[in-house]
Amino acid sequence: MSAALDIIKDPTLTYKQELLALARLGEATDNTLRYSDDYYAAKESRALCDLNEGPMPYRPRYICPDYSVLFKKGSVFLELEPPKDLAEALNSLMILYHHVPSITAYPVYLGDLDALLEPFVLKEERAYAKKLLGLFLKQIDKTLTDSFVHADLGPQASITGELLMELTEEMQLAIPNLTLKYDPAVTPEDFALKAVQCMLKTAKPSFANHGMFVKEWGEKYAIASCYNGLMQAGGGFTLPRLRLYECSLAAKDAEDFLNRVLPYYADLQFEYMDKRVKFIVEESSFFKTNFLVTEGFVKQENFTGMFGLVGLAECCNHLLGITDPKKGFGLNEEATALGRRIMDKLTELVEAHEAPYCESTGHRYRLHAQVGIDSDGREDAPGTRIPIGAEPAMLDQLAVNEQFHPYFPTGTGDIFKFEETYLKTPEAVLPIIQGSLKRGLRYFSGYLENNDVVRVTDYLVKRSEIDKLTAGKQSLNNVTIFGKGAKDFGGALDRRVQHHEEDRNH
Amino acid sequence: MAGPWTEECSIMKKIGIINKIIAFSNVDGPGNRTAVFFQGCNLHCLYCHNPETIHFCVGCSACLAVCPTGALEGGHGKAVMGEGDMLQPVTWHPQKCISCDACIKACPHLASPKTRRMTAEELLTEIKKTAPYINGVSFSGGECTLQRDFLVEVIPLIRQLGLGVLLDSNGTYDFEKDPELLEMIDGVMLDIKAVDPAVCRTLTGAGPEMPIKNLKYLQSVGKLAEVRTVLLPEEGGSLPGEGQNRRSAASGRGSETILVTSSEKATSEGSFFDDDGGWHGEAVTGEGDLHPPNSMNELTVRTVASLLSPAIPYKLLRYRPFGVRQEGIDIIGNTITEESAAEALAALARSLGAENCRVV
Ligand code: SF4
Ligand code: SF4
Repeated sequence: MSAALDIIKDPTLTYKQELLALARLGEATDNTLRYSDDYYAAKESRALCDLNEGPMPYRPRYICPDYSVLFKKGSVFLELEPPKDLAEALNSLMILYHHVPSITAYPVYLGDLDALLEPFVLKEERAYAKKLLGLFLKQIDKTLTDSFVHADLGPQASITGELLMELTEEMQLAIPNLTLKYDPAVTPEDFALKAVQCMLKTAKPSFANHGMFVKEWGEKYAIASCYNGLMQAGGGFTLPRLRLYECSLAAKDAEDFLNRVLPYYADLQFEYMDKRVKFIVEESSFFKTNFLVTEGFVKQENFTGMFGLVGLAECCNHLLGITDPKKGFGLNEEATALGRRIMDKLTELVEAHEAPYCESTGHRYRLHAQVGIDSDGREDAPGTRIPIGAEPAMLDQLAVNEQFHPYFPTGTGDIFKFEETYLKTPEAVLPIIQGSLKRGLRYFSGYLENNDVVRVTDYLVKRSEIDKLTAGKQSLNNVTIFGKGAKDFGGALDRRVQHHEEDRNH
Repeated sequence: MAGPWTEECSIMKKIGIINKIIAFSNVDGPGNRTAVFFQGCNLHCLYCHNPETIHFCVGCSACLAVCPTGALEGGHGKAVMGEGDMLQPVTWHPQKCISCDACIKACPHLASPKTRRMTAEELLTEIKKTAPYINGVSFSGGECTLQRDFLVEVIPLIRQLGLGVLLDSNGTYDFEKDPELLEMIDGVMLDIKAVDPAVCRTLTGAGPEMPIKNLKYLQSVGKLAEVRTVLLPEEGGSLPGEGQNRRSAASGRGSETILVTSSEKATSEGSFFDDDGGWHGEAVTGEGDLHPPNSMNELTVRTVASLLSPAIPYKLLRYRPFGVRQEGIDIIGNTITEESAAEALAALARSLGAENCRVV
């Protein structure tokens, strides 16, 4: 069968999913954009991975519009006036969402919904506002059917934020993904506790280290897609990744890796990124004619390139001859220290490389700890995470994360699974989040075991949807297929649980 | 006694004998807390979930043979005591241990070979690791007040980290006589296991008088952090039906019988205690009316609720048979206390003034 026919006959794909798969196939017929032979060899060896971005980029990978433009000026292209009330505001947003491209064809950033909507919500009766917001969420879940669709809340408390979290709990929808920009000095404790409660029940929101992001990006940053830090009115051009385990196979030892192998592969990844960024800005029409650009929703200078990596743990373990991950990176100071040296080296390399465009990040790319995709299997753990199954107790897991999260302004995160008694004690979760953010953790996700909505690496899927797929039925959510792969191949659902460790009568 | 250990003890500081440290606990006081479990208890509650914390290891070596990984060494009766410190006669190698707990099951002495002997500074080093993420530290057990001198050494160091400290106590310690200890803690989480003397003695090995006295005293000086009662299941298990003999065989520990005074009296008077903590109910320890455990639960809950000021949390825990030793299962049963029964008692407690009562 031809590749197109495979897609067309696949009983598990919806119409939309088929359309996207066929578009990818079409894009792959052109290879105008060429790279060096070394690049192709590295890709072939799986040391480099382009995350199937497609050979001919016709839009940046991630786009984070400044939605306040819509509320201030409306849109000429969409023939929208600035909204006057909540119903109009939500309707305008839904319309705009449909015109925000991305690598997935769905918008990866829906805006800081609470800040955007609060003035409108405050003018309505709470029950009516909740009704409208519920319909809005429902429409998002059923039309923007991709778990990389992401909305942000906080750091201020708001009625809108409260309502959105209430609705998230009540409706148990997988989409959109949610982040609370959290700053203990700004976010009131009771609002944060509501967010914890919501997170335990629905696996969202996650907690982003607001102070850390503001230092790197300024106040106007976005958390998009899974946990990507980017500029509002900007975004990410491209996100390729080093698969560090495969890279390490070319090294004689740790020093050889640091001094020769790592710079070699980093250079090839720079080559890919530079060519791609130039192509998007100079050749594709996006930055020339798209209304998001011409009407000021995004600005080219606010885009940057994301330098991704996976498999730091396996890389360190391999270089040190450690075969049991339970004795390796994250659990063994020698391996963890090597991890820090590798990250220091990569930081140095990225700092030294003059990137085309990327004006707002000083003509430099920014590091990203990529969450992994299903085909990674167990060779490369997401970003700098400790491999699933080898995670130490939460305390040690946090301590390792705190060392590595500061390296990644364009995003990293880890997931912590809690056992059911925590539902009654959200106040026991918040100090863990507060303490870890203070010590350098960038992004904290948690969920309760036995929930239907579960977080697989960093996107949300319903357990029942995974089971549906396994039974050969269609799933509306684009991402379920990734979730299924990660479950089957990576054991992502076997994550360690924070138990209260024993059951006690007093 | 002479031996290398005596010298060691004379130059060393107080040693805490610790069964385990749980870095993050959400069930040992408010918020997220590090819970330090001491080895050794002066009660032996039938429903104890960690009976291996009750006694100290005597070095009989019975556990060595069952360890599948050779994580245990030593033994042969070298248990030693002095200055309130005790050396662990069996050496446990945590690196080799796979946490199968076979040693604990095999121990005939309700002890554990896996305890750690720590100085205050060593314990502090552990707590410094969790300090950024916790609201405070809770000392539990076993019975933490049995290692009172160690507590008095370590607690000020913990406070210097800016952390609160709670004690979890079975209530047998006379807190009124120890203002030094009380001064340095935020409060005590107190167990009231039963208020009927006979029931309490059967269940725990000691009477309810001191726990009740502590409840009143600690409350009066603002050091009562919370009170807990384990509710026994109504069904399942075989509480003794005909006098004294039925359970003595099972426990091998005396011939008390779980019998209480009339439940009518309990419900009509609300409390069996006068203001000074004196008992004015009648305990029946021989022949007499037998009441289902539900009325024992009720008697205890009523008594506590009527003594407690509204703000103090009163937690009702449902009995769960997991980890309970056979002796306890034989008497209390193999079922979990019904949630509805527990909720009804919580509602009763709230109606009697313990507004902060809930089932956990
Ligand atoms: S732990 Fe128990 S079985 Fe092992 S030596 Fe000590 S007393 Fe004996
Ligand atoms: S729990 Fe550890 S020490 Fe005890 S028997 Fe098992 S392996 Fe040996």
